[in-house]
Amino acid sequence: MTLEVNGLNAGYDGTPILRDVDLTVETGEIVGIVGRNGVGKTTLLKSIMGLLEPETGTVRFGGEDLTRESADAHARSSIGYVPQGRDVFPGLTVEENLTIGEGIGGDDETRYEQVYEYFPILEERADQDAGTMSGGQQQMLAIARALVGDPDLLLVDEPSEGVQPSIVQSITADLAQINESFGTTILFVEQNLSVIQGLAERCYAIDHGQIVDEIDGEAVDDRERLEEYLVV
Amino acid sequence: MITPTATPLSISGYSLLALFFQFLDSFGFIVLATVGLAIIFGMMGVINLAHGEFILIGVYGTALAYHAGAPLPLGMVAGVIAATAFGVVVERTIVRHFYDRLLDSMVATWGLALVVSQLLLIVFGSSLDSISTPLGNVSYGPYSSSVYSSVLLPAIAVCVLAGLYALFTRTTFGIKARATIEDPETARAMGIDTDRMYVATFAIGSALAGLTGALYAPALGSITPNRGNTFLVEAFVAVVVGGQSVILGTLAASGVLSVFNATGSFLFGTFVGQMLLLLVAIVALRVLPDGITGYVDDWQQRRRAEE
Repeated sequence: MTLEVNGLNAGYDGTPILRDVDLTVETGEIVGIVGRNGVGKTTLLKSIMGLLEPETGTVRFGGEDLTRESADAHARSSIGYVPQGRDVFPGLTVEENLTIGEGIGGDDETRYEQVYEYFPILEERADQDAGTMSGGQQQMLAIARALVGDPDLLLVDEPSEGVQPSIVQSITADLAQINESFGTTILFVEQNLSVIQGLAERCYAIDHGQIVDEIDGEAVDDRERLEEYLVV
Repeated sequence: MITPTATPLSISGYSLLALFFQFLDSFGFIVLATVGLAIIFGMMGVINLAHGEFILIGVYGTALAYHAGAPLPLGMVAGVIAATAFGVVVERTIVRHFYDRLLDSMVATWGLALVVSQLLLIVFGSSLDSISTPLGNVSYGPYSSSVYSSVLLPAIAVCVLAGLYALFTRTTFGIKARATIEDPETARAMGIDTDRMYVATFAIGSALAGLTGALYAPALGSITPNRGNTFLVEAFVAVVVGGQSVILGTLAASGVLSVFNATGSFLFGTFVGQMLLLLVAIVALRVLPDGITGYVDDWQQRRRAEE
């Protein structure tokens, strides 16, 4: 199931943010989108997810044109989404948050057993209100919620934001392991160099709403090249 | 619905029992009048000022079916169906444009209320024949109370709250509805068709309004196009006093308001009871601007922060 974004232009209230964005993510890949604050990374993920309707361009997943489809249709087409700042449902329990994630993928298949294997704290705290958990635990819950419906593609928006470094390392390792075990394709947005280098097989650099570089293979380990797009 | 034949100020076991029945009567009325409005406000951020007219459609549907020859329970079903269908049409044509626009939604639904009450007046005249209250009265000492209004309706009110609690906490629909209320964008990204959730929630609120109308059709006495206000005032007060939490808010506000309303009504008459209810609402809003459940939520958050 390949994700293909072609000539994507999107923005808010007539203000253009994304300009002619082209990118491709092949089945099973882990691809990062790197860039400074405010360059359009989150807008790009939202447009791919159907939370922001593009002005022009196309978003295709598995050959299906999802450009004008709503976000819930994207989710049912097997795209999982981990929003920036987690956005767990704070008044719902951990278990209820995971129940919501079952809607992703559009079939009855769920991965509770595997999700609890990766994040055992969630099973221990199944009855706790999500809003009372720490930032790191909420990030785990947001990832688990997106995974429980067994998506083919996972979109992750800044998994390191507001999470303490030790937990960031653990989440990075978990995402890599999830990709390996489930074959889940991952497209993530990030500014944290250690997460990018620990996770991405390939990166797109974005600046002023445009893809300005594609960083592949060993070049991902080139700290200076990545910092060119991250440091203000 | 309490008929005293002696001065209520003489405190006796009978007086206390009569006061208790008065409380149950008031509690049942406030809960049933409020619950539909509370669901629509709590879940969708819309204050439906046509709520009284939704209830009235339940009353008219029941009365018209009953007078056409249907047994009362079947007439009540007709009332609920009529209010639910009306609610779905209103949601799709009017209310959907006003989600999370509190003031706009109030103006739009107030206009709707005027239209509905005038239409009922034009189509059915100034009143419909009343329906006699079933189940009769129970007498104790110098008092008597309506079994239907003071026992059956409060019992149904408690069952409705329990049913709603189960619906919103124990079913996938309820969990999805709460997720949609908390964060519609994220809910959509999790595959929830939020548009459909809004229709369903509004339909449930309308059905509950219809149920209230159906249940009170035999207890109202005269059935006139302006009876909607009877329900709306108490429902509005209870929603504001209860706060955003639908079930706990309705339960807490109905309990508190009923104590004052019943005591005032029992001791000094219905007018004083109503005045007392409004006074309590004003004081409660001054002290608890986010309602009872808002205060409880704040208190819990402060406690967690201290820990």
